[in-house]
Amino acid sequence: MLPDLIFALFATGILVGAGLIIAARNPMLGMLGMLVTFVNAAGLFILFGAEFLGLLLIMVYLGAIAVMFLFVLMTIDQEFFQLKDKGRAYLPLGLITVGVLAAEFILAANFGLFSTNITVLPATEQPQNIVQIGTVLFTTYALPFQLSGLVLLTAMVGAIVLTHRPRPGVRRQSITQQVLRTKNEGLTMTKPKTGQGLGTQTAKHWKPKSVSK
Amino acid sequence: MFYMLTLSHVLTFSALLFTLGLAGIVLNRRNIIAILMCIELMLLAVSINLVGTSYFRADIAGQIVSMFILTVAAAELAIGLAIVTLFFRNRGTIEIDAADLMKG
Repeated sequence: MLPDLIFALFATGILVGAGLIIAARNPMLGMLGMLVTFVNAAGLFILFGAEFLGLLLIMVYLGAIAVMFLFVLMTIDQEFFQLKDKGRAYLPLGLITVGVLAAEFILAANFGLFSTNITVLPATEQPQNIVQIGTVLFTTYALPFQLSGLVLLTAMVGAIVLTHRPRPGVRRQSITQQVLRTKNEGLTMTKPKTGQGLGTQTAKHWKPKSVSK
Repeated sequence: MFYMLTLSHVLTFSALLFTLGLAGIVLNRRNIIAILMCIELMLLAVSINLVGTSYFRADIAGQIVSMFILTVAAAELAIGLAIVTLFFRNRGTIEIDAADLMKG
């Protein structure tokens, strides 16, 4: 009985946060709703015995994704309250679409294949959640695991390529020029006299090449 | 009155959450960032679905797939926010109606 109550609590929290997200005019407020949603979702995951996943959710979503959202919101200088609201024109069609989808989902969940009463298997003698995940993830799902790393790498490179812009006046390293430098243009042998140092003597052969953009 | 918590309850709840996310996308005609948040909401609904099923079937595979969904969500959000930044730089706004180059 108690887990049911806790489930109801977390589910209510998630739904409240979701409502805040879709109702907020100010994205900062939507951010707040997202925090509420994901904290409650982490609680729900832990209730379902997925401790590792719940903590991962807090780390990834609240630690990384929320901060990323806030960064973008800070860098974007937009008056959010001045944005045009054209929601009314699409309201009937949108409500019909969403309502039909919700009805289908709920009918399928309650009267379809999934409505068979599945009892929870006894959780005795099971290793810890993290041990279970590790045992399966690095054996059966090793290839998808590495592929997910590839997905993250692609996303990182893609984000950098998308947002990078070459600005004039910024000097960049030209590896080709560095490697192609010869000894004659890069090195000068001098023999400074005692007590005088190099003085105004400069390198004879060295001429600065034009900086490539 | 309280029922015993079954898989159907979890599935119904995640269906509600998914539909809320979709409603946010369909009904929100204001800014792109809100749409990205709603996509995150839908992905979370799918994750809850998988974790709930994993609990009731006592099978760890659901949690593994949920982890992959987390990865894909992070990647999608990184690209999405990069595109939003780019869009704002080019158009000076993050209104959805500003994205009308293809007359959609």
